[in-house]
Amino acid sequence: MSRPGFLRILFTRHRAKLAVAALPLVLAACSGSVDPAPGEINDPYEPLNRRLHEGLKRTDRAVLRPASVGYAQTVPRGVQDSISNFRTNFATPAYVVNDMLQMQGEDALVNAYRFLVNTTFGLGGLFDPAAQLGLPARKSDFGGTLHFWRVPEGAYLSVPIIGPSTERDLAGRIADGFLNPLAYAVPTPERYVVTGAGVLDRLGKRGRYAGTVDSLLYDSADSYAQTRNTYLQNRRYELSGTGAALDPYADTTGANATDADPYTDPYLDPYAE
Amino acid sequence: MRNEITRRAFGFGLGALALAAVLPGRALALTDAAARGLVEKLVADINAVIASGRSEAAMIQDFTRIFDRYADVPIIARSCLGADARRFSTAEIAAYTQAFRGYIGRKYGKRFREFVGGRVAVNAVRPVKTWHEVSGTVILRNEAPFEVRFLVSDKSGRPLFFDMLIEGVSMRLTERTEIGALLDQNGGDIGRLTAALQRAG
Repeated sequence: MSRPGFLRILFTRHRAKLAVAALPLVLAACSGSVDPAPGEINDPYEPLNRRLHEGLKRTDRAVLRPASVGYAQTVPRGVQDSISNFRTNFATPAYVVNDMLQMQGEDALVNAYRFLVNTTFGLGGLFDPAAQLGLPARKSDFGGTLHFWRVPEGAYLSVPIIGPSTERDLAGRIADGFLNPLAYAVPTPERYVVTGAGVLDRLGKRGRYAGTVDSLLYDSADSYAQTRNTYLQNRRYELSGTGAALDPYADTTGANATDADPYTDPYLDPYAE
Repeated sequence: MRNEITRRAFGFGLGALALAAVLPGRALALTDAAARGLVEKLVADINAVIASGRSEAAMIQDFTRIFDRYADVPIIARSCLGADARRFSTAEIAAYTQAFRGYIGRKYGKRFREFVGGRVAVNAVRPVKTWHEVSGTVILRNEAPFEVRFLVSDKSGRPLFFDMLIEGVSMRLTERTEIGALLDQNGGDIGRLTAALQRAG
């Protein structure tokens, strides 16, 4: 069989799959730009985002916060952890897919191994024996895959229900909903268990980190600006691994140069006076 | 005779020159060991406070003391003002810095109780531009460990940290956002900002 013939068969049989596989490459080709400089914020929808942020706060105050504090106080920690483990385990095949799309072979192997161990010895993912063996989850998502393929971060978004995000991360979250091979294997009534675990896990986290979230949302002078600042810094750190994109000192040009080294800035440097 | 004095003076002058060449070099060069030493002492103090399990008020006092001893408070306070710092007098900045110190102590001291039973371990140190970055791991009960980084400089005359990053979130940038918003709310008036900080945290 000649090579062109083989390629033609491959293309005709697997056209749809190839198109999906090539999508990141196409996106990469379209986008020359990379992430914004550290400390830089791209927020063209700020007025709308601020209104949505106030909506999120109202929902949090009325529903999410009371429910989550009650949940964290009444449900034993062991049960909360099992729900969280179950949810993570269910999402693990999607981590593997994203690891492969990001060409992170070791992460893909670790996550695949975790899925096997935790689904069997961890009783369907309720427990996390793999972490006790020294292999904690290596979470990954399609937002990270888009970042890997040099899709720019895009505008900052305040999304109802979800909370802080960016154009790239929101696209990633939507894609992640379709990316998990396990989701296609689970029939409809059982799928509600997964959704329920997701909701409970979120309640548990909101309850457990109530102090941090409350201080951010209700004690900040400008909770919108502070949420945006915290989300972007943390997300850029997550995506760049070592924190290079978030390097507070990597920025030597532009208006944010003063964020880098407080000592080199003439008006910020008391020793220079 | 005269020749001898000149020679001696010349020798002395040469010695002084050599000394002058060596001294500032020494004063400027912060070593890995010094930066790491500062963070190790800081972390030992933090570990002692979170192990003590004392009351919130006591932990606020402890944290304020730690912040004073190991952080370059004036530079952090000033950098949180941003370019606006230029508009204010030395006395105004001094009063603001004092209020900032108390505000930080209350705000972060309160949170120390969440770390009871945990500890911080120092990992690596590396030079970055004019400062050193010391990274560590925060190990809490029932939580996944997370990374903390301290940025240490000796530009103040001795090694002190000027920023702390928890999972990439910089305390200095966070407070800069906060102080910026507070200054706006108070019409750009540093006196009112200082008064607001005395109540906040």
